[in-house]
Amino acid sequence: MDLNLKATELSLALPGTDDLPEIKTTTTTTSNQIKTNKRSSPDIDASVTDESRSAPTPKAQVVGWPPVRSYRKNILQGKKVEPEMGSGMFVKVSMDGAPYLRKIDLKVYKSYGELMKSLEEMFACMIGLYSENDGYKGSKHAATYEDKDGDWMLVGDVPWEMFVTSCKRLRIMKGCDARGLDL
Amino acid sequence: MVYSLPEEVLEHVFSFITSDKDRNAVSLVCKSWYEIERWCRRKVFVGNCYAVSPGIMIRRFPELRAVELKGKPHFADFNLVPDGWGGYACSWIDEMSRAYPWLEEIRLKRMVVSDESLELISTAFKNFKVLVLSSCEGFSTDGLSAIASNCRNLKELDLRESEVMDLSGRWLSHFPDTFTSLESLNISCLGSEVSFSALERLVARSPNLKTLRLNRAVPLGKLSTLLHQAPQLVELGTGAYSSGIRSDVYTGLSKAFLGCKELKGLSGFWDADPSYLPALYSVCSRLTTLNLSYSTIRSPDITKVIGQCPNLQRLWVLDHIEDSGLNALALSCKNLQELRVFPSDLYAADVNVTLTEQGLVSVSQGCPKLQSVLYFCHQMSNSALITIAKNRPNLTCFRLCIIEPRTPDYLTHEPLDIGFGAIVKHCKNLNRLSLSGLLTDRVFEYIGTHAKKLEMLSIAFAGDSDLGLHHVLSGCESLKKLEIRDCPFGDTALLANVAKLATMRSLWMSSCAVSIGACKILSQKMPMLNVEVIDENGSLDSRLDSCLVEKLYVYRTVAGPRSDMPGYIWTMDRESANRI
Repeated sequence: MDLNLKATELSLALPGTDDLPEIKTTTTTTSNQIKTNKRSSPDIDASVTDESRSAPTPKAQVVGWPPVRSYRKNILQGKKVEPEMGSGMFVKVSMDGAPYLRKIDLKVYKSYGELMKSLEEMFACMIGLYSENDGYKGSKHAATYEDKDGDWMLVGDVPWEMFVTSCKRLRIMKGCDARGLDL
Repeated sequence: MVYSLPEEVLEHVFSFITSDKDRNAVSLVCKSWYEIERWCRRKVFVGNCYAVSPGIMIRRFPELRAVELKGKPHFADFNLVPDGWGGYACSWIDEMSRAYPWLEEIRLKRMVVSDESLELISTAFKNFKVLVLSSCEGFSTDGLSAIASNCRNLKELDLRESEVMDLSGRWLSHFPDTFTSLESLNISCLGSEVSFSALERLVARSPNLKTLRLNRAVPLGKLSTLLHQAPQLVELGTGAYSSGIRSDVYTGLSKAFLGCKELKGLSGFWDADPSYLPALYSVCSRLTTLNLSYSTIRSPDITKVIGQCPNLQRLWVLDHIEDSGLNALALSCKNLQELRVFPSDLYAADVNVTLTEQGLVSVSQGCPKLQSVLYFCHQMSNSALITIAKNRPNLTCFRLCIIEPRTPDYLTHEPLDIGFGAIVKHCKNLNRLSLSGLLTDRVFEYIGTHAKKLEMLSIAFAGDSDLGLHHVLSGCESLKKLEIRDCPFGDTALLANVAKLATMRSLWMSSCAVSIGACKILSQKMPMLNVEVIDENGSLDSRLDSCLVEKLYVYRTVAGPRSDMPGYIWTMDRESANRI
């Protein structure tokens, strides 16, 4: 096909401009990052925001680039801002019969034992961890929590880490009421 | 002997011709065919709502049942089109409400729709059946209430990717108890929670429901209830796909999926918890479409699912799939036709995600039916592109986005011209192409020479001079839509190809090198084009002709200049009007 380059040659040069194409050399850093292929734990991954990332190329964020729609960007950003990675994990604690509620930071504790001890001290009562055989070890109260789905669960069933991420609030029930939770 | 066939016979024959192109061809045969055809045309597609006016459409086609309109330019998806630009559906809906009492279907894309318009739709069209609002905005859940309350025969309500002012979830409860005709519902873009019991009852009384796309707010624990009410579903979009550790939810879900024998497509999966994925294994063997692109599950989990889906035709996924997942895809899914890989990190490469050009090469090798690709990645090479091109000459859509602009071949540090050149050379039926990476004018020479079936081309941060643009405009015979940003293309190429622009639907150029003077000349030479300059910084009238424009949108039209332009759009007419 005749591209008619000759005819276009003369007329296509922009008048008075002889700009050489600006060829940027590769940002070698990006290829290096890909080759490392290191796997860090998801926790660390989630806490690194774009701003704190030590990417050597401080590129200004170009409008509309990369061409990803806003609702997709929101999904990705939503993932990076995990509330558990914040500075504390305060949940309300209520006790049946108590006139007011308390708030505790779950991140301070490393196990159920520590949590229970703290709750006991806070409410000056005996709360036992429920076990299949012993019931509530004679205590009159049971610790329950509301999980992400809005269901009320018995404290102690799931691994501690899972509990911390799914617990929204705590309620210390009278032992006789708590028995209904045993499914 | 055609002229001796009675009208009714011709009309009957035409009723079997449904493609728009064929219908248009029929209408060109002779005057009487034109007349017969226009009276029996039932659906129309208007690719640019400003290319024609509602009045013109109504005059020509008095008996339409289905209308599809598109408004804003494609780059509006990436926030390049300022607010208030236009694309208002109002005047169309108003006029159609008077002209087409029997209108059944309205499909709008990238348009601004008001609650009043939705209310009008719900009351003016007695047999209204299908409403699809794709990437639209301007309406609230109040408008949806009207649709729910009044459209007795509604079959399809699809809000895909629209921006809805979400006032509450109550609108869904407005579907009356007598309403049983629903076949397709897509509310995935809505934020607020709809009443679950209303949703459940709606699903239970809709025996023809085939497509159900829920929003994120529908909890996983409730999904099995819905599935039990609608085991005939063909397409399902889940809500949030996690629920803590709940063995009862898992079992319920497994059982429910087991009952869905017709299920072919899955989407949703927000916040997906990989431990719930096995619940859907029972449907995997029948799956043809899988959209995991809202979930951030990792490669091993994705691979496990994909391995169960030998009939997969379409896969949308995040780059968490990595090369390893794509290798698995290439081995398991021999029927794959479309692959879209979206980025999980928009700027720098995520060190934990190993997705490179190799993944795409594998898929191009292993999947003989692969036709459509959208691929975001951080590195590419000419050799990979050449391999892909040779493997898959049947590609029809190739959109590659190397995230860092102007990235060269990572192996040779050369531009990616010959790679993309191979794509257009080998893939003779390519109708859509998006370029990225470091590219010189040479790639456009290849495109102009080889891409004869190309209809849509997207260019960003590429080229050296006007020669690039000239190659495209003069060479690509089938070109309909051209969108360009941040390229050194300017007046000379534009003015050397003015006639070409009248054969295209539209041209978008932003942050290029086009001057106001050239826009004026273009307007003068081509009265059948609307030449709209977007300038948000101030009045262009006072500036010199040599001043460069920010954004330019040119499209052919038979409707003349539009009357709803915001203040920041400059046209030749406005300039002349101001001068008077």
